[in-house]
Amino acid sequence: MLTIATGNKAVAAAVKAAKPGVIAAYPITPQTEIVEQIAEYVNAGDLASQYIPVESEHSAMAACIGASAGGVRTFTATSSHGLLYMHEMVHWAAGARLPIVMANVNRALGPGWNTWAEHSDAFSQRDTGWLQVFVSTVQEAYDATLMAFKIAEDERVLLPVMVNLDGFALSHIMQSLETVDLGDFLPPYHLPHAVDTENPCVYGPMTGPDDYFRFRWDIERSMRDARGVIADVEREFAERFGRSYGPTEDYRCEDADVVVIAVGTLGKEAEVAIDLLRDEGIKAGSMRLRWFRPFPDLDLAGREVVVIDRDYSFGFGGVVANAVRAKTGVEPYSVIAGLGGQEVTYNNIAEFVRNRHPGEETWFGVSNHV
Amino acid sequence: MSAIPKEEYLFKCTSACAGCSSSLCLRYVLKAAGPDSVLVVPACCTSVLQGIYPGTAMNVPVYNIAFAAAAACASGMSNAFRSLGKETNVIVYAGDGGTVDIGIQALSGAFERGTDFLYICYDNEAYGNTGMQRSGATPLGARTTTTPGGKPTAKKDLDRIVAAHNPPYMATACSAYPLDLYKKVKKALSIPGPKFIHILAPCPPGWRYPSEKTVEMGKLAVKTGTWVLYEREFGKLSISGPSKAAMKKPAPLEDYIKGQGRFKNISPEIIDEMRQQVERNIQRLSREEAGIC
Repeated sequence: MLTIATGNKAVAAAVKAAKPGVIAAYPITPQTEIVEQIAEYVNAGDLASQYIPVESEHSAMAACIGASAGGVRTFTATSSHGLLYMHEMVHWAAGARLPIVMANVNRALGPGWNTWAEHSDAFSQRDTGWLQVFVSTVQEAYDATLMAFKIAEDERVLLPVMVNLDGFALSHIMQSLETVDLGDFLPPYHLPHAVDTENPCVYGPMTGPDDYFRFRWDIERSMRDARGVIADVEREFAERFGRSYGPTEDYRCEDADVVVIAVGTLGKEAEVAIDLLRDEGIKAGSMRLRWFRPFPDLDLAGREVVVIDRDYSFGFGGVVANAVRAKTGVEPYSVIAGLGGQEVTYNNIAEFVRNRHPGEETWFGVSNHV
Repeated sequence: MSAIPKEEYLFKCTSACAGCSSSLCLRYVLKAAGPDSVLVVPACCTSVLQGIYPGTAMNVPVYNIAFAAAAACASGMSNAFRSLGKETNVIVYAGDGGTVDIGIQALSGAFERGTDFLYICYDNEAYGNTGMQRSGATPLGARTTTTPGGKPTAKKDLDRIVAAHNPPYMATACSAYPLDLYKKVKKALSIPGPKFIHILAPCPPGWRYPSEKTVEMGKLAVKTGTWVLYEREFGKLSISGPSKAAMKKPAPLEDYIKGQGRFKNISPEIIDEMRQQVERNIQRLSREEAGIC
């Protein structure tokens, strides 16, 4: 069905289609619309989930852990400080190998209070063992949320998935949305290690160094296997519903001399900048980074690279720039832009490319170069 | 005692300390709950005594969870089971630290939401798992490793906090009265909604008394009126048998204090204040039972 929706409502619509057994969530700007819409679905009888309106984000993730381990599909949504407040349980969910799906509406962190888009919240959870995907359109928010359940619940993965969408820039803008009839795309939830009183086991007890070490390796092994699972699920989704995605969304990259790498809505905005630059005779392309964990292989050989980070690792550099540098050996031009919702237009992005300084870093509107 | 099943759900040779009364309690809790039960356990002595992976001392599933998260995790699990049509008992078994301090927000949330579960706090009045630091449940005057001069403030009144949530069932119990505990767990699990049992669990290394005196210590707590056994069922309070007589004529408070190293060198003024606390508590509960409040 074709309609129009905000990014938040698209996520809620996907959750409705996925029919989780339990949804536990706490409202936080700009995620609030997701949990409100889900509450409306449950109240109206359109979604037969147990909706647990918890008293905090720490409890939201704890309740999801209990529910997922108890044997049902589980969803929550958060943002910014909410995500940081649940950080302990974010680690726990991955360590317990529970396929929880969480929408995170990317937002800056205080102080000062700032409710606008930034990726520091998600990247602060980089090493928790969660898969992370960043979306750029309302449609993609819907599609990625649906696929997230299937990827997380695949027995080769059994890790939680975070679906990231930019606060306000995507969460509150309206675009067309085509909802799908899922059919049997999502199989019934089956957790091989679900709590079962017929087979009493102890979960998460004291664990010695050797076993603990092996469990960590198992997470990494599944993270590696997840690349193939993501590809399989996205391929099946494309076959069934006609929309295809990949680890990156590449735009006019084939013959590009300079490639822009960005995340979320800035990655989409970059496509407009690429058209502008091409008109000027600059052979530019863009690779919008969709999957951040597992981190994709990027083919950047022989190209200049401009990385736009809507985040920063203080004392070290842009998170994406560092990842690109580490994984490819390319020294990018690192632009820090869009923090706290700073407006970044396609003209700005085009200017980053025209005025690039490989190997250097600049803070848009604050430090040198731009 | 013939009513208590022979089946064991807590096996022998756990890594609990000698004379551990909370593991004694757990044995009876599980006998009362039976095999269709899941324990949710935050960081506490129980997360240690169950053994090291891949072994377990428990014959029911145990879900270990982070310190602050037990009630919320149980909330999710209970909702999951109920949505699957399972009647499985979901029981939090948490120490006083995970209940009165770091876990109280999750506890309050789960009770307010009406979660169908039983929350049991076994209270040894300190952070036993980490070597006896003070908790919010440590009583006035008790020495712990973080209150070496004796705790300057009173024990947090957890039961009144829980009572303010109006759960359909709440009770106190003591490890020295296992049959009373067994019956209370049975009754709690027969009632839908959030239930709460607060068990006083004397701790030999923490309270600094010989391990063979653990039952005696619990009995002294009840006989002196320091710990009152009662139930509050749908708001109606009834004092339990062992406390009935004790409350009419409490044994001298000194009988309870003198055997415990944690109260060594306690001042007469602090003892007097403790005595007043005991009297106030007995009066308050007696009035409530008589319907005067």
